[in-house]
Amino acid sequence: MSEKRLSLSPARFLSARRRHRSAGLVVLLFGLLAVGSAYSAFAPDNAVADNTAQSQQIEEGKKLFAVGCASCHGLNAEGGGNGEGKEAGPSLIGVGAAAVDFQVGTGRMPAMQPGAQIPRKTPSYTPAEIEALAAYVASLAPGPAVPAEESYDISKVTDEQVTRGGELFRTNCTACHNFAGKGGALPNGRYAPSLMNVDPKHIYEAMLTGPQQMPVFSDQVLQPDDKRDVIAYLKALEEQKDPGGFGLGRLGPVSEGLWGWLVGIGLLVGVAVWIGAKGVKAKGAKAE
Amino acid sequence: MNDEKANLPAVSAEQGHDSQVVLAEPIPDPGIEPHELRITDIDPKAADRVERQVSTMFGLAGLLALGSCVAYFAIPRDATLVFGPLTGNANNLALGLCLGLSLFLIGIGAIQWAKKLMVDTEIAEERHDAHSTPQQKTEIIDAFQEGVAESGFTRRKMIRRSLIAAMGLLGLPAIVLLRDLGPLPGRALYNTIWAKGIRVVNDVTLRPIKPSDLIVGQLVNAAPANLEPILEESHTEYQNAKAKAAVIVVRIEPDKIRAQAGRENWGVDGILCYSKICTHVGCPISLYEQTTHHVLCPCHQSTFDLADGAKVIFGPAARPLPQLPLAVDSEGYLVAQSGFTEPVGASFWERG
Repeated sequence: MSEKRLSLSPARFLSARRRHRSAGLVVLLFGLLAVGSAYSAFAPDNAVADNTAQSQQIEEGKKLFAVGCASCHGLNAEGGGNGEGKEAGPSLIGVGAAAVDFQVGTGRMPAMQPGAQIPRKTPSYTPAEIEALAAYVASLAPGPAVPAEESYDISKVTDEQVTRGGELFRTNCTACHNFAGKGGALPNGRYAPSLMNVDPKHIYEAMLTGPQQMPVFSDQVLQPDDKRDVIAYLKALEEQKDPGGFGLGRLGPVSEGLWGWLVGIGLLVGVAVWIGAKGVKAKGAKAE
Repeated sequence: MNDEKANLPAVSAEQGHDSQVVLAEPIPDPGIEPHELRITDIDPKAADRVERQVSTMFGLAGLLALGSCVAYFAIPRDATLVFGPLTGNANNLALGLCLGLSLFLIGIGAIQWAKKLMVDTEIAEERHDAHSTPQQKTEIIDAFQEGVAESGFTRRKMIRRSLIAAMGLLGLPAIVLLRDLGPLPGRALYNTIWAKGIRVVNDVTLRPIKPSDLIVGQLVNAAPANLEPILEESHTEYQNAKAKAAVIVVRIEPDKIRAQAGRENWGVDGILCYSKICTHVGCPISLYEQTTHHVLCPCHQSTFDLADGAKVIFGPAARPLPQLPLAVDSEGYLVAQSGFTEPVGASFWERG
C-alpha cells in the first residue's frame, strides 16, 4: 500500500489529498509565499529603476551645470565671484526647479555678459537638458517646483475670471509692466520686460520665483487660481486688436503725445507754411 | 523841459495841443513791393488748368463723402484689416479715410483756388486812430454830467447812501457761500482706517496673510480687513478709505534691514509694511525692486529704500513712507499693531 502511494505522480498526490483537513492551510501558505516572492522579485527592481532614472537625470544636469553654469554660479551652485570681489552669479541653492526652468527656458541663462539686466533670448538648451538642469538644482535644496500644466491652463477660463485677472494685474503688475503688459523702464538701465508672447508656464514661474528685480508673488498669497487668471488676462490682451490700426506700442500718453506733437502738429505747420508761401510768379511780367 | 522832451518820441513841429501824435518811423517805410503777375494771370490755359485741378479736388471730395456712406453700410462692423503688424477695424478705417480725405481735399482745393486764381494784389490798410476826438470827449462828459444831474444822484443823499449800502452788503453772501468749500478736514488727514488688531489682507482677493505665506523677495499689495464692510455702505467712502489705507508688504532678509530707532519690533521676521501712497503728491507706488529693496514712484521718480525705513534716496519726496507696525494675531495672521503714527500721503499746510 505504501509503495503504491509513493509511486503516485505529484498531481495525483495533490488531487487525492485536496479534501485533506490541512489542505486549506497548505494552499494559503503557498499563496502567501508566491505573493511574497513575486513582490520581492519585482517591486524593489522598479524603485531602483526610478531612482536610477532620476539620479541619472541629476547626474546629467550636474554635468551640464559644470560646463555651462559653474563659471559664474560656482562648481556646486554656491554662487561665485568674478575675481574682483563682485558677485558673478548668485547662489542657486534653494531657488528650485521653477527658477531654472524660467531662466534657462526663456534663454536668459546662460547669460552672454553681465549687465544691468539679462535679456530674454532664444534658449540654448533643449527641453530635456533644461529638465536635467532643473532636476540638479532642485536636488540641492527644496524650492518651488515647475508648476503642473493644469495650473496655467487657460482654455477653460471664463470672461469673469479674465476680468478678475485684469484687476489683479492692475493691482500687482502694472506699476512695472505697464497697463497693457508692454513693460517699462526701471532705474539704472534695468527694465521690466514686455509680457507679450510669453509662454504661460514662464509667466507663472516668474510670479512664483521673482527673477532679477521682480518681487515674488508666492502661491500662498497670489494663489494658483489668481495666477491663472492673470495669465488669461495677458493672453486676452495679446489677442486684443487696436481699433485705430496703430497701437503706438500701447505705451499711453508718451508715445501718443509724441505722435501728436511731431506728426500731427508737424503736418499742420507744413500746411500753414504752404498757405503762406508765395506762389510761382511769371518772370518779367509786371502789372501795369 | 527840453531835456525831458529829448526822451520822448519825436513829434512833428506843426502839431498843436490837441493834434495827433505821429511817431516817426524807426526805419523808412519801404512801401508795398511791386506786384508781380502769376502764370495764371497771363496764361488763360494755365488758369483753366488750375480751375480743372480745383474742381477735380472738390469733385473727389464729394465722391469720398458718398463713399463714406457706402462704406458705413457695406462693410461689416467686425471686419478686420491686417496689414503687416498693423491691424484695424475695416469699417472704421474706411469711414475715417473717406471722411478725412474728403475734408482734406476741400481744404487744399480752397487754398489752391485762393493762391492761383483769386485776385492777389497787395493792399495796405492803415489802422485807425485809437483815441476819440476832443469833440467826442466833451460830448460824452457832458452827457454823463447831465445824467448825474437829472437822476439826482448827488442831491438825493438818502437814495445814494442806501444804494451804496445795499451794494456793499451784496458782497457778504458771496463770502458766506465760501463756507461750502468746507468743512475743514479736522483730523481726517492724520488718520486712516488702520487700527490696532486690523488684519492685513490682499488687495482684490481680500485674503488674510500669514507670515509663512511670504518668502524673501515677496511683495504684497495689501489693504486693511475693515475695508470690505465699508464697500457695502458707500462706494465713495470705500474709495476714499482705500486711497489712504493702501499698503505694500514686503519680506526682506532680516540682516539687511536697518531698523529705525523705536521701530525695532515693527516688523515680523523681516516682513515690513509701508504706506503705498507717495509722500510727494500721493501717487500709489508699488514699483518694487527686490534685490535693491527700492520702491520707485512712477510719477516723479521719488525712490524709497524699504530696508532703511523707506528713507528717500532720490527724487522730490520730502519724507519717508510712513511705516505700519505689524504683529501676528492669535490665529497667526498679520495684523497692525496700531494705526499709522504719522499722516500718509502728500504734505499739507498744518503739517508743514
